[in-house]
Amino acid sequence: MNYTPLLLSLKIASIATIIVFIVGIFLARIIARNSFPGKNVVESIILLPMVLPPTVVGFGLLYLFGKNGIIGSLLLEWFNFQIVFTWIGAVIASVVVSFPLMYQSASAAFQNFDLNIENAALTMGASKWKVFWTISFPLAFPGLLAGTVLTFARALGEFGATLMIAGYIPNKTETIPLAIYFAVESGNMEAATFWVVIIVLLGFSSIMWLNWWTKRNILRFSEINDKR
Amino acid sequence: MLFLEIRKKLTSFELNVQLKAKNEIVILFGPSGSGKTTILNCIAGLATPDSGTITLNNIPLFKSKKECVPIQKRNIGYLFQDYALFPHMTVKKNIYYGAREQEFVHQLVQVLEIGHLMEKYPRQISGGEKQRVALARALATKPQLLLLDEPFSALDQHIRQECQDELLRLHQTWNIPVIMVTHDYQEAQKMADRIYKINKGQVSEEIKSNFSQ
Repeated sequence: MNYTPLLLSLKIASIATIIVFIVGIFLARIIARNSFPGKNVVESIILLPMVLPPTVVGFGLLYLFGKNGIIGSLLLEWFNFQIVFTWIGAVIASVVVSFPLMYQSASAAFQNFDLNIENAALTMGASKWKVFWTISFPLAFPGLLAGTVLTFARALGEFGATLMIAGYIPNKTETIPLAIYFAVESGNMEAATFWVVIIVLLGFSSIMWLNWWTKRNILRFSEINDKR
Repeated sequence: MLFLEIRKKLTSFELNVQLKAKNEIVILFGPSGSGKTTILNCIAGLATPDSGTITLNNIPLFKSKKECVPIQKRNIGYLFQDYALFPHMTVKKNIYYGAREQEFVHQLVQVLEIGHLMEKYPRQISGGEKQRVALARALATKPQLLLLDEPFSALDQHIRQECQDELLRLHQTWNIPVIMVTHDYQEAQKMADRIYKINKGQVSEEIKSNFSQ
């Protein structure tokens, strides 16, 4: 059995999750805490990939990153570099499709505690950076973690947009969902079943771990309460 | 000495306030939603007035939206209504968060009798204890002014009286301007050197209580 789809899927989903984690927290923080004209429009654009068919997202990405696309043509001209039909294309597809999940979780997490807790730290002379790292981030952490796990699971399962921008190139852009689809198409049900089991196990264990972590931490707090 | 003269448009009325505070306890008294907390927020720098001036010990904190000292540089202690203790930190870490001098905080902890709470989390202590911890935390930065937003509203009657007495004692020691918001008239009379009545953003009258100097 060739395990490339597993390694490729893990690589693509991990890189996409890191990007989404950083950018998602940054944007959620900026947008949630500030009001500006057009905020509603910006948030709608960020959440749009969640309601669009992945093929539409893929089409949009091709439009941007294709050989003749706005960004794609510049990359080709300046760096002689092409994103279409590479694993980087698959990372971009995963980032765009899973971004709304992280954004929503992070937005909710940052609004889930009393704003005066941050204000108190500011009145004590703490810089905004210190307030973020010592107050906001730890208090929002359970929500951010949930968003990260959902992002990873969504990135791992991405199919439609990935197929459109990265295509199906064995050992190069062949992620698990693509391997399943093309195994079924070629009648190789044994390989398809194998990959289905693997991806179900990965998704299941991510969610199990998240639930376990959340319950353990809630339990820890209730123990603190009980010891009063 | 604090001097404040500000205007700020709120949802249903305009806040238009002028007040001053020497090293005394000044009470902002009025019904909920009359703009009392907004005044405290403007002094602390958490809200920005539309126009006016705020000066503390002759240093301008606010002259216009462009000439405004940031919150972190104002050195004003603020005790929020719900205390806003950091729930993920022990009492000790809460108090030392913005502290300047270890020795000073040590004294503060002894005066407020909270030494035995230092390793506990805010969830593990009572309302009265939270109030004392929040007060210690606000004073630990050696502020030039202390703002208290209904500090006793969440406490039972007998604990409330204890805490009021304690604050009066503390004020005699610290001797800085204290601005306290309340909608309890008895409390206002007991605590105040000076009372400002606020209604729908206007200072409607200034009563000097029997306690004034």
